[in-house]
Amino acid sequence: MTTAPAPIKAKARLGDLVFSRSAVFAGSMILVALAAVAIFLIVQAIPALFATNEEASILETNFWSYVGPLVFGTVWAAAIALVFAVPISIGIALFISHYAPRRLAAVLGYIVDLLAAVPSVVFGLWGIGVFAPAVVPVYAWLNEYLGWIPLFGGTASATGRTILTAAMVLAVMILPIMTAICREVFLQTPVLHEEAALALGATRWEMVRMAVLPFGRSGIVSASVLGLGRALGETMAVAMVLSASQVVTFELLTSVNPTTIAANIALSFPEAYGLNVNVLIATGLILFIVTFAVNAVARWIVDRRKEFSGAN
Amino acid sequence: MNFKRFGAPVAIAAVAMLALSSCAANEGGSSSDPSESASTLSGNLVGAGASSQDAAQQAWIAAFQTANEDVTIDYDPSGSGAGRETFLEGASDFAGSDRAFKDEELEAGGFAKCAPDTSIVELPLYISPIAVIFNVEGIESLDLDAATVAGIFAGTITNWNDPAIADQNPDVDLPDLAITPVHRSDDSGTTENFTEYLGATAADVWTWEADGVWPIEGGEAAQGTSGLVDTVTGGNGTIGYADASRAGDLGTVSIKVGDEYVAYSPEAAAAIVDHSPLAEGRAEGDLAIDIDRTSEEAGVYPIVLVSYLIACQEYAEADNVELVKSYLSYIASAEGQDEAASAAGSAPISDSLREQVVAAIDSIQ
Amino acid sequence: MTATETAQTSAPGSGTPGGTPKGGIPSALTAGHLKPRTPWLILVGSLALSAIVFGVLATGTGEYNWAGALIVGLIVYAFAVWLFSYLVEGRRRATDRLVTAIVTGAFLLAMAPLISVAYTVVSLGLNRFDLEFFTSSMRNVTGEGGGALHAIVGTLLMTGAAAIISIPIGLMTSIYLVEYGRGKLARGITFLVDVMTGIPSIVAGLFAYALFALFFGPGIRLGIAGAVALSILMIPVVVRSSEEMLRLVPNELREASYALGVPKWLTIVKVVLPTSIAGIVTGIMLSIARVIGETAPLLIAAGFTQSMNYNLFEGRMQSLPVYVYTQYANQGNPASAYLDRAWAAALTLILIVMLLNLAGRLIAKFFAPKFGR
Repeated sequence: MTTAPAPIKAKARLGDLVFSRSAVFAGSMILVALAAVAIFLIVQAIPALFATNEEASILETNFWSYVGPLVFGTVWAAAIALVFAVPISIGIALFISHYAPRRLAAVLGYIVDLLAAVPSVVFGLWGIGVFAPAVVPVYAWLNEYLGWIPLFGGTASATGRTILTAAMVLAVMILPIMTAICREVFLQTPVLHEEAALALGATRWEMVRMAVLPFGRSGIVSASVLGLGRALGETMAVAMVLSASQVVTFELLTSVNPTTIAANIALSFPEAYGLNVNVLIATGLILFIVTFAVNAVARWIVDRRKEFSGAN
Repeated sequence: MNFKRFGAPVAIAAVAMLALSSCAANEGGSSSDPSESASTLSGNLVGAGASSQDAAQQAWIAAFQTANEDVTIDYDPSGSGAGRETFLEGASDFAGSDRAFKDEELEAGGFAKCAPDTSIVELPLYISPIAVIFNVEGIESLDLDAATVAGIFAGTITNWNDPAIADQNPDVDLPDLAITPVHRSDDSGTTENFTEYLGATAADVWTWEADGVWPIEGGEAAQGTSGLVDTVTGGNGTIGYADASRAGDLGTVSIKVGDEYVAYSPEAAAAIVDHSPLAEGRAEGDLAIDIDRTSEEAGVYPIVLVSYLIACQEYAEADNVELVKSYLSYIASAEGQDEAASAAGSAPISDSLREQVVAAIDSIQ
Repeated sequence: MTATETAQTSAPGSGTPGGTPKGGIPSALTAGHLKPRTPWLILVGSLALSAIVFGVLATGTGEYNWAGALIVGLIVYAFAVWLFSYLVEGRRRATDRLVTAIVTGAFLLAMAPLISVAYTVVSLGLNRFDLEFFTSSMRNVTGEGGGALHAIVGTLLMTGAAAIISIPIGLMTSIYLVEYGRGKLARGITFLVDVMTGIPSIVAGLFAYALFALFFGPGIRLGIAGAVALSILMIPVVVRSSEEMLRLVPNELREASYALGVPKWLTIVKVVLPTSIAGIVTGIMLSIARVIGETAPLLIAAGFTQSMNYNLFEGRMQSLPVYVYTQYANQGNPASAYLDRAWAAALTLILIVMLLNLAGRLIAKFFAPKFGR
């Protein structure tokens, strides 16, 4: 976006050369690292892909029937988490960047940044000890009055440790990082754009909708992708909060819940031996591929809208 | 002007660095007074395995390191499976495991730390009763037989006022409350021992095989002993199974053995181990125990977890042999077992078992 | 005039007794606007209404549901303020007020769990937040006492090493993507960075362990292996956030710099980076925050120890999250001593990040160009 038209040849400088080469080198390092991880995963996973339940005790029949419910659970939990987290994080970011008094906003922004650092173990502890008991009556109510909606059907859990709880804990976990990025992007909106909108008589919301949101769209998608990545791969908190079984169900409030790949690895890995270890690593590979697919879709969406993305 | 801006953080950082670069208050200083420690042992020992043993291991390590100041022992509570794997590939000097190696695993051999073609020693040094814990307001203990416990966990008995429970507890006022059985969601030795007990004693109700993974699909699940205890504590009408030392204020079940109901206790747990035979076809020094779950001896508590310490019969390299032997000897001693009992609530092994264990440790070379 | 009348007539009807001007001549400037205090009165009214409704409901069960009353009250407020504003000010302002209510509501809704987490950590963490906790390790400690100095040192060293690996690579990559990247390589890297954000942390740990086992034999547990695992998790966050910030630097600045004959690399170093430094530092701090709380990969790659270790390249290393996890998961006797240590360690971890954040902001302030916000 910044190079001059081709005919005019800039003078080659040593500094430029060194700088651009090291930038390319750094980019390539990522390729190398990722390739190394992928090779490691594939090599470790291959024996498991064709294993039977006789070779690996963890399998019921074969690998694919084992991983199926896990993939469902992973995507399902992450999707619910994003449904909560995206609008709320945009809301918080807007509140901090454009609604709250500036002095308050700085403090709030700082608190949100800090919460990104709370270790997932702590979210797990909080989920079991504080959050899950608190939502039990809400679930019972939803189940009783809205039970005819399939999502809320079944028998409501007595402990509150359901997939909905796990997804909400995930949402709380990914909120800080998403909010921080959204806020940072919203704050970068050119002041001139905002003032122009206000000067034309726009209300604050119209200004936000016309100047801030279009400007921040790619940032919002970036934040969502980061949040989704964390939600898909989150291990400890889900393992601790969720009452997990390997099933496929859309019911949100029962104690029988699908579990996620990462949580399942955390639960099963310590006692795994022999080929079971390969099976678990193979599920890691599947998670890798799922993330790959989800990201491809997200990127495709952003690229379609490229012409609107930002200041340039 | 930069000083003004950066002075404070730099000062804080400097103080922090000072604090951090100084040694921990409870470490080091052994060289200043060599006569204080009579021990000549030194070196690093690495173990890995069952997290059930962790609290006991930490107590043993602390006491052993205090007596032998130049020794550092690390125990990774990475899980039994991981511990056996680590030991197999020679990455640890000893392993902790909630089950002994299986016959076919022993045949396959390949223990990298051990001399070729030698076997291993497996020592049942951590015996822990598994309590059946429940949370029903106003009830502190219940008497149940194996079939009822199996029925509750299998989901055939679903209410606390079920006749099966009421008949055995005529003096208890049972509420009309749904039972929520809670099981471990992770692969664990506790689950394996518990399901083995249910399968052995209530075969017509409990038709599943003993397994570290809970065999029934569905139901309330929780991660780890801590997660399970938290879940049982947090719910109402919940019941679960956990290491007895963690039962705390929760209600516990006395299990019917023979004609009487036995509450869990360290003595009763150690008793069942004494009344159980060693597994057959094992090498000398391999003290794998075949727990007799159906025993009807008076005063035994049949739901126990036996966790082993596993070492080489003959190490390929002699560096750490003395250290391993003296560490294991300490664990086997009455002193060591008492230490674990107070730190982790385990059951001290009996003197007769100790004799066998000591003989096995002496054979290590 | 008619609009003001509507406000006057409708205000008493809905139970908000304020809102009525004390007679006098309506000003042309304020006509067609709600009075500044009216939304507040509507808020109080909605909360009171909801409180009464819940009070009536509570007579049946005997338990008063504060959270429910608050949430319902806020929903009623959002609707009421929209209605009033629609009647008085018209559709556009009504939408504006509704959105303001929703945005503020989203904020309050989200802050509730976050504050609950923070409160839990602080209140439980203070039990053992004493000098001993920061001056001793867990070597030879059972039951009560002991501290987390070894874990604090381990966390700082490993996270520091991970940052030293990740920040240059991540920053240079994002510079490449924004300033140099063309064609397939750039697109490929962008995509792969996205993929990298999805590597489950436990897989990163397994990978780092396998990598070091390849060179040093099985069973190797090193602080640096933990750092490598962390940097795999950290790099994509650094790239993604700093790329976003670099893209926001207006092209006019670059063009102005080129027009003055400044070479490209100097333009990047002296113009582009300083302009976006605040955002980049925030991103880096976020990436550190992201990895500093990781448990699973460190447990696998860096192992677990009760003793001090200052050497990244030799021996096992403890870290705060692993410390928290093991203290929670493998409680001994008495259990409360282990839980107190776990919470105190969690609090320490948050405080460390807070200090890092402060430092980061100072750095950003120092390097940022002196203008604007």
